Amino acid sequence: MENQERPSLDSKKGGWISSLIGLILSYYAKLISNPFRSGLVYFGAGLIGALFVGWVLFPFALYSRQHQPLDFSHAIHLDEDIVEIEGDTDLERCQYCHAFRDDGTFAGIPKLETCMECHDDPEMALGETPEEEQFLKDYVADEKEIPWLSYSRQPDCVFFSHIAHVKMGELDCRTCHGDHAKTDKLPVYKKNWITGYSINIWGKNILGIKSNSWDRMKMDDCAECHTEKGREENNACFVCHK
Amino acid sequence: METKQTHGHRYGMVVDLDKCTGCGTCMIACAAENNVTVRADESDKERNITWMQLYKITNGKKFPDTEVSYFPRPCMHCEEDGNGGHNPSCVTVCVATATKVDINSGIVSQIYTRCVGCRYCQAACPYHARYFNWWDGYSLIKPFAKGMERSLSPEVSPRMRGVVEKCTFCHHRLMRAKNQAYADDRREIEEHEYTTACAEACPAQAITFGDLNNPEHQVSKLIKSPYAFRLLERLNTKPKVYYLSSKDWVRKMADNYMPGEFKPISKAVG
Repeated sequence: MENQERPSLDSKKGGWISSLIGLILSYYAKLISNPFRSGLVYFGAGLIGALFVGWVLFPFALYSRQHQPLDFSHAIHLDEDIVEIEGDTDLERCQYCHAFRDDGTFAGIPKLETCMECHDDPEMALGETPEEEQFLKDYVADEKEIPWLSYSRQPDCVFFSHIAHVKMGELDCRTCHGDHAKTDKLPVYKKNWITGYSINIWGKNILGIKSNSWDRMKMDDCAECHTEKGREENNACFVCHK
Repeated sequence: METKQTHGHRYGMVVDLDKCTGCGTCMIACAAENNVTVRADESDKERNITWMQLYKITNGKKFPDTEVSYFPRPCMHCEEDGNGGHNPSCVTVCVATATKVDINSGIVSQIYTRCVGCRYCQAACPYHARYFNWWDGYSLIKPFAKGMERSLSPEVSPRMRGVVEKCTFCHHRLMRAKNQAYADDRREIEEHEYTTACAEACPAQAITFGDLNNPEHQVSKLIKSPYAFRLLERLNTKPKVYYLSSKDWVRKMADNYMPGEFKPISKAVG
């Protein structure tokens, strides 16, 4: 008796599930078979439009695009066959222009004075590029500072000591700044319209996903590196905030 | 992150009230150094901001016996209790973890971008060392006065409306001293390299600043004086700002004593 009863119970249960699946399938089949009347087309168009606005248009509109006053080539200046810059290591060559002051503060983007150590004569170009001619004519001749746009400027509340990281922590410039030193053209500077910060701080990826250590410069990235290197005491608030 | 109880450094201050003339230079130096906002009407003492405040006390006696003393009052930078858990009252009540005792320097930090402006810390602080920004001071969005931002120090971030601020023992000067030390291939800073703006400016040299954990520093020697005391010491807030006064009535006013509880020492020591 039991053997007879059980299959009948199972088939009854299976019938209930399959009827539910059938109901759902027929509902969607009805939606798909008559997309205009069911409103599926309008919903889909709205969804795609919203995703386009949120994922493409808004991130694009969020940042301004400004070009640097001059197209400086780091690659040419660091090419040992073209320019002779003192220094045995990459770090020393970077520091030839991006130097530390005597009090340990970082000078950042060099002043015209540093450029004019080599480009001292506005009449005599050292290379053959039109960018250099423009540079000599517009800035060196008048001794006018170049209004560079800074990609990595941190918000006002952040204190960052380059010397603590580069000299004491022995980090490469590349760890945070990437292969900027190997580029032939300066990237377009993108400023967030709302916050006023460069896109290099938030990162180029709108989702905040990073694959290299230099993709983002947010607080979490600083803390992540401190923790990785076993310097958790440097995650205290007052180490980096001012 | 778990809090470590051992501080490498414990920066503190000793104010000699016998030397203090109440001139107010420390207040001015502090305000200029730390981008403290000024208001159009600075006489509104309930609303203006003074990280370093000067209090005047008298012994309340009639003319020939009248004596006056001045109390310069920065943030006391109260300590964590070594027995675990007991933080300064402002840190304990902060809902946003915007203020903490810095484990590297013992300085009580205040992170303006983290502060939500609930003002619990202001209510909790027994020393009234915390101030609330009711208006944008030097904010770039709504400038207080055009051109004022040019006077700002780049080493201290200006505060925005709706956050609490307080004395930081000129923390940026510690950072500056550290940078200098790193440039000179040192990890530790010298005593004279880090001092606060108020201590530096005091014409009577009443304010001494240094590391209380370092027995070589002047402050560690001064706090051993029998004349040394702290404000409201019995609240167990463990302030790192000490005062020196040879006058019994001044020391008595620094805390709430029961009748007969205060023991004068000036006669015993001489």
